Amino acid sequence: MPSLANDSRAAGAVPSPRMSALARLGMLPILIVLYLGFYLLTLYFSEDGNTHFLTLDNTLNILRQTSINLVLASGMTFVILTAGIDLSVGSILAVSAVLGMLTSLPDHNQALSLPVFVLSGLAMGLINGTMVAFLGINPFVVTLGTMTALRGAAYLLADGSAILNSDIPAFEWLGNGSLLGVPWLVWIAALVVTASWFILKRTVLGLHIYAVGGNPHAAYLTGIRVGLVLLFVYAINGLFAGLAGAMSASRLYGASGNWGTGYELDAIAAVVLGGTSLSGGIGSIWGTAVGALIIGVMNNGLTILGVSSFWQYVAIGVVIVLATILDKWRLKPSDGQ
Amino acid sequence: MSDVILEMSGICKRFGTTRALDQVHLTAHSHEVHALMGENGAGKSTLMKILSGIYQPDAGEIRLAGRPIRIAKPADARQAGINLIYQELAICANLSVAENIFMGTAPRGRFGGIDRPRMRRDAQRLLDRLGTRFGPNTPASRLSIADWQQVEIARALAHQSRILVMDEPTAALSDRESGRLFEVIDTLRDQGIAIIYISHRMEEVSRLADRITVLRDGCLAGNLTRAKNSPQLLIGMMVGRALNHFYPPKRQDGFGQVMLDVQGFCSDKIESASLRVRAGEILGLAGLVGAGRTELARLIFGADNRLRGRLRIDGTDVDIRSPRDAIRHGIGYLPEDRKRQGLFLHLSATANIAMNVLHEHARAGMLDRAALRTLTRQAVTRLAIKARSGESLVGGLSGGNQQKVLLARWLAIRPRVLILDEPTRGVDIGAKVEIYRIMHELAAQGVAIVCISSELPEIVGVCHRVVVLRDGRVAGELSGKEVGQEAIMNLATRH
Repeated sequence: MPSLANDSRAAGAVPSPRMSALARLGMLPILIVLYLGFYLLTLYFSEDGNTHFLTLDNTLNILRQTSINLVLASGMTFVILTAGIDLSVGSILAVSAVLGMLTSLPDHNQALSLPVFVLSGLAMGLINGTMVAFLGINPFVVTLGTMTALRGAAYLLADGSAILNSDIPAFEWLGNGSLLGVPWLVWIAALVVTASWFILKRTVLGLHIYAVGGNPHAAYLTGIRVGLVLLFVYAINGLFAGLAGAMSASRLYGASGNWGTGYELDAIAAVVLGGTSLSGGIGSIWGTAVGALIIGVMNNGLTILGVSSFWQYVAIGVVIVLATILDKWRLKPSDGQ
Repeated sequence: MSDVILEMSGICKRFGTTRALDQVHLTAHSHEVHALMGENGAGKSTLMKILSGIYQPDAGEIRLAGRPIRIAKPADARQAGINLIYQELAICANLSVAENIFMGTAPRGRFGGIDRPRMRRDAQRLLDRLGTRFGPNTPASRLSIADWQQVEIARALAHQSRILVMDEPTAALSDRESGRLFEVIDTLRDQGIAIIYISHRMEEVSRLADRITVLRDGCLAGNLTRAKNSPQLLIGMMVGRALNHFYPPKRQDGFGQVMLDVQGFCSDKIESASLRVRAGEILGLAGLVGAGRTELARLIFGADNRLRGRLRIDGTDVDIRSPRDAIRHGIGYLPEDRKRQGLFLHLSATANIAMNVLHEHARAGMLDRAALRTLTRQAVTRLAIKARSGESLVGGLSGGNQQKVLLARWLAIRPRVLILDEPTRGVDIGAKVEIYRIMHELAAQGVAIVCISSELPEIVGVCHRVVVLRDGRVAGELSGKEVGQEAIMNLATRH
């Protein structure tokens, strides 16, 4: 039997009165504790008794640093909700970034760059989705394959070097501009999260995604076109990875074959931290957003504290595992059921 | 001969504000089968989970052979010789029978390796005690569910079991396999083991039980010995009222035109099966497990590929290649295993009920939540579903209510043909009666119903006409007064 606690995170669930308020918030308390903890730590270790951690500037900084992972993790949430996985998003991001930057070069039409970023991502997602949905190949294997092949393609397309272009008026705003004082990167990430929430919770398709993830055979017997649902989740994941490619290329005025290496794992970590079950059918996009922010806050806080990046890896890895253990323990009902 | 081996007295258990058990007593004797009965939610499982150390009682005492014991964890129960066999069998299909029996407790040889010859010998001895027809080296994957159960019993014996609890062991067995199981239970009883047997089925309980304990709403509803047992008395104890009209009266005529016409269906498991159901008629599809009842239903529903055959709905030829096509033509199929094939346990009751008709309750792909709530409210009223709200997760509902939710999903498509595969499996008596009522109500509205059931009294009590399958073929058809348990069995087993 699924535990009561896990159930509360399912689609459309109103938590039962027996659930504590804590359980309803998911990982949010951990995010808040980490945020305040880093504030106190940066205050304690600062020389002049001041800290920039809690300032608006730094908060926006955290959000900006998190935005790309948030976009990738949103797409990954769709895939993981169907009990799938997509290891290829880092490579998709690289291919998309390289193709988009190539389109931005002087002898091409830079106006096409943005569509190229996004549509190339969508195309690669459709390739993954076709193999998973219609050829019935295990998603881990499919995306392990495309992860490797697309990484090679990214190096080939970039001819083994970096494509740099500081003259990108068509999409410079995306990575460097801001609206109402908030970077466009953050707006885009927020938009992606909101759109994902809407699809998952308010549309027929969203309910079908939860159904396919929770019980594929029952979904088939209910007349749901399981193949199309699977195709959709890999496609939208590819699309978001392409968008993330645009975001990082614009931010850095360039792209190269090794862009986005390991990003798939950050995205998966955010999804899992957010309480989405790897076995499908349970989870939410808000959980994913909180998960991504936890990773973002840690990265930022540890950097301000001057902790070396090697130790940052260790710390984040430990937090991912500990938070998940804590979550399991916290949500454990008092006695069975 | 028979000594009191287990006494559970004054057992109380609460979950939050819910009282699961209140002052419950249970006494089991060696050399006896003690049946534990009660509707779903009556507290049988909770009581057994306390016995097996999964739950701790809030109050009460457990005595084993006169001495009080504390069962703090499942290992304590095993240590004390208490073993449970759940409905979901814990068998690894990729291992052999002997490996399954001694999983985790294999005899060790020199250097800490598994002593395989000894394991095989010990396994063979246990299998001999049960009189099985398979040996210790047989891979579990080649055995049936009934055989798996025997492997589990052998495993319990390997643990020196003194008390064996079986939770609805015949739920997935054919009548013949159940008969075999009863013989095994008789053997174990003769060997002095106390057996606690949980079941809904009256016939089994009268066949097996020396004593019966009935629970209702967490309280002891009564104790009976074999001599005083009668089905009417038991039903009365379980539901707290006498059920005079267990099966609603059948109407004898007034059926409409032929609604479902299946002709010459063939697949790898079905050989040229044909049947017709009229509007308003309930057709029983009977046969032993493995006779092809579910297979035929899945062919009609388009869930599996058929090789040959022709299907007409309401006089028109239809081409059905997938469940989606079937649903579009107004065919519904309630699968036999509601948890694996039907329900989305992590989704709300509303989502489960509406899953087939989401597009009718959406605008441009966006869910119309008010319309969905209305749909749920209507279904909850019509089927008397007990759920706190439409947002309640289906995984938390009782078996009977889960089944009603699934039934509601099929009613929502306003079916012309409804195929019900074991519609009352694992639901309590109250819900059973409700489901029969709904079936008759639908038939009265002109739906053609096909009802598959392994419970012959149900087929006889509910169906207007019965088609009996044997080895993937139609073995015969019975209608009107011919419909009877013996006639069905004769057709199902004739050679």
